Amino acid sequence: MSQIATPATGVEKSRKALDRAVIRFAGDSGDGMQLTGEQFTTESAWAGNDLATLPNFPAEIRAPAGTLFGVSSFQLQFGSQRVYTPGDRLDCLVAMNPAALKVHLRDLKTGGLLIVNTQAFDKRNLDKAGYAANPLDEPALAERYRLHKVDMTGLTHEAIKDLPLNTKEKDRTKNFFALGLVSWIYTRPLEPTLVWIEKRFAKNKDIAEANTRVLKAGHAFGETAEIFGEHYAIEPAEMAPGLYRAMTGNRALAWGILAAAQRSKLPVVYGAYPITPASDILHELAMHKRFRVRTIQAEDEIAAVTAAIGASFGGAIGVTASSGPGIALKGEGIGLAVTAELPLVVLNIQRAGPSTGMPTKTEQADLMQALYGRNSEAPVVVLAPATPGDCFYIAYEAVRLAARYMLPVLVLSDGFLANGSEPWLIPNVDTLPPIEISFRTEREGFFPYLRDSATLARPWVRPGTPGLEHRIGGLEKQDVTGNISYDPENHDHMVRTRAEKVRRVAQEIPPTSINGPATGDLLVVGWGGTYGSITAAVERAQADGKSVASIHLRHLNPLPPDLGHILREYRKVLVPEINSGQLVRVLRAEYLVDAVGFNRVRGLPLASEEILEAINQLLGGKA
Amino acid sequence: MSPSGPGAKEAPKYTKKDFESDQDVRWCPGCGDYAILSAVQKTMPDLGIPKEDIVFISGIGCSSRFPYYMNTYGFHTIHGRAPAIATGLRVARPDLKIFVVTGDGDGLSIGGNHMLHVLRRNVNLVILLFNNRIYGLTKGQYSPTSELGKVTKSTPIGSADRPVNPLAFALGCGATFVARTVDRNIPHMDEMLKRAAAHKGTAFLEILQNCNVYNDLAWNVIYDRESKVQHELRLEHGKPLLFGPPDDRRAVIMQGVIPTVVRAKDVPESSLWVHDEKNVNAAKLIADLFAPDFPIPVGVLTAIDAPVYEDLMLEQEQKAISDRGPGDIAKLLTSGDTWKIS
Repeated sequence: MSQIATPATGVEKSRKALDRAVIRFAGDSGDGMQLTGEQFTTESAWAGNDLATLPNFPAEIRAPAGTLFGVSSFQLQFGSQRVYTPGDRLDCLVAMNPAALKVHLRDLKTGGLLIVNTQAFDKRNLDKAGYAANPLDEPALAERYRLHKVDMTGLTHEAIKDLPLNTKEKDRTKNFFALGLVSWIYTRPLEPTLVWIEKRFAKNKDIAEANTRVLKAGHAFGETAEIFGEHYAIEPAEMAPGLYRAMTGNRALAWGILAAAQRSKLPVVYGAYPITPASDILHELAMHKRFRVRTIQAEDEIAAVTAAIGASFGGAIGVTASSGPGIALKGEGIGLAVTAELPLVVLNIQRAGPSTGMPTKTEQADLMQALYGRNSEAPVVVLAPATPGDCFYIAYEAVRLAARYMLPVLVLSDGFLANGSEPWLIPNVDTLPPIEISFRTEREGFFPYLRDSATLARPWVRPGTPGLEHRIGGLEKQDVTGNISYDPENHDHMVRTRAEKVRRVAQEIPPTSINGPATGDLLVVGWGGTYGSITAAVERAQADGKSVASIHLRHLNPLPPDLGHILREYRKVLVPEINSGQLVRVLRAEYLVDAVGFNRVRGLPLASEEILEAINQLLGGKA
Repeated sequence: MSPSGPGAKEAPKYTKKDFESDQDVRWCPGCGDYAILSAVQKTMPDLGIPKEDIVFISGIGCSSRFPYYMNTYGFHTIHGRAPAIATGLRVARPDLKIFVVTGDGDGLSIGGNHMLHVLRRNVNLVILLFNNRIYGLTKGQYSPTSELGKVTKSTPIGSADRPVNPLAFALGCGATFVARTVDRNIPHMDEMLKRAAAHKGTAFLEILQNCNVYNDLAWNVIYDRESKVQHELRLEHGKPLLFGPPDDRRAVIMQGVIPTVVRAKDVPESSLWVHDEKNVNAAKLIADLFAPDFPIPVGVLTAIDAPVYEDLMLEQEQKAISDRGPGDIAKLLTSGDTWKIS
């Protein structure tokens, strides 16, 4: 379905125009906060705003109700200008219970809008959240924030009292009261949510009716209750013209693989073992059998990667995915693909570790694992998407490079990109670079490790090709012939050759795009999911007149050929990362540049405010 | 549509020599693997499959050198993972004939998990498990099939682990074809290789094999001419479980639910246990028989029909394509909720 947004043009008197707003819905994991946030996101996209989202939920499937660790939240920033991040501090917090208030209040700006569901603030829930007394009775709360106490549960039940649903079913619709109310406050169109309800509950008219009524009741409450002094309009953002859709990182990775399958005309074999936050890629690909994507839910991470390698040996595109712990298990398999010189795409949706760590929280601490986390000299190509939508291009590029150079390509996404969404300008697929596959069939002069002079790739031969029967394996082999070899000089030559093959991928990397002056006081270098936070911080520093630029690396191995030159054009280099300093170490080692890190490892995206602070500090403390 | 199986093309007339590669064979002189290699190379021409459509996949260990010596496509991979690699290959290429060559350590220790799952999925491939009850390539540690109390370099006063029975393991995993043969019985090995290769689904063939360096004559109970006559039980579909020398034939019969050995002449013909390859439950009882209290069964324990993993998967794919046409990424990108900005 294609829809054309019809944003309000004039702004009513009671409405105040804003450039941007950051809001967060928080409640119990059973309160439907993710759905509420997603619907609000769709409404904002219809309104023509740019936006970025941050879902945040507990790892437990059904965390005990009312507890602090059972709180689930969904944050988004939307605006009339370019929005790079889900935002740092909140303009509006919706807290559906005491635990949500306790966990999230600290992020609300002083003077921010605080909307609470009063009926949830009973003795039992207050106890569970660790409140000795009801915080809503504290005068300080209303002094510090614009507090709105709304009996959402009661008003929800009132709106649907005549419907033949039980109390629990009625209770479950209260998130749409919150959605309706906040949609009124920020002048969002309800249509997309109404359409969604109709589709989602087509088979249950009563539930559809209940959600519709409750949504409208919330909206009407805002309009008529006269307790909200003002409400807001956010003009559509100036975005490149074209057709847009909301895109999450995991879906974009899956669709990038599908695009590569179609363009290469090869089947994909996707081996995966369920793991948070990578499982959604498996779910998505399993729905698209028409693209000849064959998904294997393997018995373990090792089988997932080795099945993909087996498929590549057979002339299909072998892809596997996991998160850090699973990538650790795949290490030996990746090494096999390195030495067998077969195409392989490995997607790592990084999460907080070590070990099991915090599975639903984001991190970017697997860079060293990607670069060096295998026995011996086993270099691979490493790519990292910058935004959820960029995951599409990166996945496609990973397949293209793996097949062209006959080697494994690792993609470092993360939990934030995986689940976060952004309005995404749908590309014309014809503009994607071609993926040209040429299996060798020529018998004359064939050897399994003959090399292409430009890429050093060996020939890809499909079993079934007459006359080219050959054996490959994990043992060291003589270059060209592929025969097993323990010759010392040959081993040294092969180690160098496999490394050189990776290095030659640099010829595929476009010139690095610099956000800011080509020379100056400070260069901020980032990679992966921190793109938004870094860009927002750098643009604010630039607006303050600072001589600051930023670059964001999508190729981490090999690094862009122009990087060394760029680094030397600035007096200082700052590298913000959600790890203890991994890229900064690579840059220092590779370019002998005195780069400094800004590192926070909390399982959360970096805040652009703190990056701005680090920029200012490095430039001499002038705010 | 069912995917086209191997043999769709006409194969040239081959001889054993066509399947010998140019690589020097590097097993120890006297190793049982030589006989297996020779038997496999000899069987290949009878399969009627073009050799470019045949792939040998192995893991790590002495047995896993096998692919290098076959003039077919081959992939010598990593320890224990051959069944998983072969599964991926099969899913990508259902037109190939795939053999997995493994050993008791590769297939039942480090790769035990993959063995379980390839068998339960019933992927169409042949698994040759060379069982010599010892780790050869790492120079003589006990293996998961070594007998309890086995004295080796790593167990100087005897191992404390009870052995796994490969046949019972395979049947427990839901294998649809389970058989055993012996490296020193070439005609039987030929027959079993052909049976295994003809099976649709995963064919699991245990080959009792001699490691003359680290575990010589581990299977002497079935090598020694005298002992073999006493202990070998040839399983044949529709024939009773009879064994022993002609003048002292014995039978395995069921007493209640317990297999028992009796003198054949002491029981009426009607109470003999007649082997039925389709009876998986009976096969599970037979799998556990072993000397000295019981005979050693060789032959096909079970061969049943069951859905094949990649057939089901490809049927889903074909149906999706025939119902709705091949995937179109441009259409997918613009499906669902979209909005235009001008």
